[in-house]
Amino acid sequence: MTIVSDRLKVLHEQDPERVSVVLQFAGKDDLPLTIDRLIRGSVAFSQTLAREDIEPGDVVVLILQHGEELVYAFWGAMLHGAIPSIMPFLTEKLSPERYRADLAALIAVTKPAAIVTYSEFEADVRAALSPGDSVRRVILTDQFETESTAPLDSLRGFEQGSDDIALLQHSSGTTGLQKGVALSHRAVFNQLNAYGNALSLSDQDLIVSWLPLYHDMGLIAGFLMPILSGIPLVLMSPFDWVRAPYRLMQSVSKYRGTLSWLPNFAYNFCAQKIRDRHMEGVDLSSWRAVINCSEPVRYESHRAFYEFFKRYGLRREALQTSYAMAENVFGVTQSPLGSEPVVMELDRESFMVERIARSAYDGRPSMKMMSSGRPLENTSLRIFDQHGNDLPDCIIGEIALLSDCMLSVYFHRPDATQQAFRDGWYLTGDYGFSLHGELFVSGRKKDLIIVGGKNVYPQDLETLTYEVPGVHAGRSVAFGMFDDTQGTEEVVIIAEVDSDDEDEHQRIADALRAHVTKNSAIALRHVKVVGPKWIIKTSSGKTARTANKEKFLKELEESK
Amino acid sequence: MDETILASIEKYIADQILKQPNRKIAKEEALISSGLIDSFSLMDLALFVEDTFGVRIDDTELNAETFDSLTQLVTLIESRR
Repeated sequence: MTIVSDRLKVLHEQDPERVSVVLQFAGKDDLPLTIDRLIRGSVAFSQTLAREDIEPGDVVVLILQHGEELVYAFWGAMLHGAIPSIMPFLTEKLSPERYRADLAALIAVTKPAAIVTYSEFEADVRAALSPGDSVRRVILTDQFETESTAPLDSLRGFEQGSDDIALLQHSSGTTGLQKGVALSHRAVFNQLNAYGNALSLSDQDLIVSWLPLYHDMGLIAGFLMPILSGIPLVLMSPFDWVRAPYRLMQSVSKYRGTLSWLPNFAYNFCAQKIRDRHMEGVDLSSWRAVINCSEPVRYESHRAFYEFFKRYGLRREALQTSYAMAENVFGVTQSPLGSEPVVMELDRESFMVERIARSAYDGRPSMKMMSSGRPLENTSLRIFDQHGNDLPDCIIGEIALLSDCMLSVYFHRPDATQQAFRDGWYLTGDYGFSLHGELFVSGRKKDLIIVGGKNVYPQDLETLTYEVPGVHAGRSVAFGMFDDTQGTEEVVIIAEVDSDDEDEHQRIADALRAHVTKNSAIALRHVKVVGPKWIIKTSSGKTARTANKEKFLKELEESK
Repeated sequence: MDETILASIEKYIADQILKQPNRKIAKEEALISSGLIDSFSLMDLALFVEDTFGVRIDDTELNAETFDSLTQLVTLIESRR
């Protein structure tokens, strides 16, 4: 069994001059990093941590954007035996106050010893600190050691065992930041082995990614897996990609990329926004898999993507699916490469009402569902009913998994860790069904909203609404609503106020939209302000999100 | 300042990007630095400007340093026509 530091050392000994990562920056030349350069930069960072008295086992939070420093800080922390965790950078959409509050929430639970950021961001980070908290150092990029003088195997990361925690992954928002998924070296390598086999990964592959590294899909599939597997990676910034999604295709063409991962919305986004003139000379025939992951997978999104990009050499069988989560390091299932994912045409009513996947019949209303593929070789799946009994094929229940690459714990959260397991099986909180060994994911037990691949907890948004004058605590509800055009969920917020005045409702709706967006970085599509007694409550006084969503949809339908 | 350009961009942002047709946008109101225009919509805005006014805005220019208000965007368009 190996650990990350050992693997880096082996890769360095094998071929130090091989290009490991090409960093791309819009409007600038590509920056290739050889393994030797990556190791030297990372060793220098691990010396920085030693200089700052950071110990192995300490958590180091990285608040850095796409670039060389982030690469060195991540691998350098591991070479020192510290536990890196990448946190999203402050964006224009999010208010600095909210960012500081989120950071403070992360610090309170995760207890990092150091935070690494840029000097221009130091004041924002320090403002989130409080006397007596765990943070001993704020390390700025201009204080990084630049020379790696220590021999590689003198670093303390080599003292780690395979059950030690290698890294932490968080999802976003106050709730997500307080639940760090702790992954051991053993789990990481077991995942890379099993997922690599599912992909038939070889030295002929090249991965192209724009995905952010604070998210499991970007961190594992688009960073850790290629680098530790010795497969070249071309990495661009999500900020650049969102302004020019065609850069992904141009890079695939330029470097003959073979594998990429995209959340479902990106298929729609690319098919709708890219123009032929962006694609001059682009050839996508090298792409052997473009894997749809991290949001519910939609057949319609694949079709739109294929219809636009087929004239640039995209092969139909390159469109693939996967079901993945940070709690299993990354991949849980993968559709078998080389053929298209299985698509079922289901009877809509049986699916919605009886929760049974029954083939469409007699011309009744139907819906298409696409498979997320088969479990990885090291992962077993079960579908549970609400009492924990196994369900047969085609009956919808909660997906549970067991593997040798599951999370060690939710970091410093024994309560959350205990709740997440039943007899050693991890309860995913997702609903789905199996058929002939294929997994179809149909929805979520938790009220989590997934917007563009980003997990959003409705309670975080509801808490924000209470800060808007006129909205009382406990009298708003947030939920997601699937939008076919965007290929992802959109956020709906309903807030109940004392007034029945339309102008007053409009004013509060504007204020809600501005405040929630500024404090969550989530754009709201529907904000509905309603008079007293609109919102449905449960007997215990909690807002019932599903019931309110149904009421909202019914009113929306009636108003058409 | 060409008021028809300004009005047509304001309408596009309110209708198509914000999906709030009644939303008024002040000439100097911050569009990008305020987060009013979601980063996912910046490319839509650039395509609209290109299709409507024949002026190309490069993706590396889709940031608050290049333009952040209706006034600045109209000035940019006029300078390139």
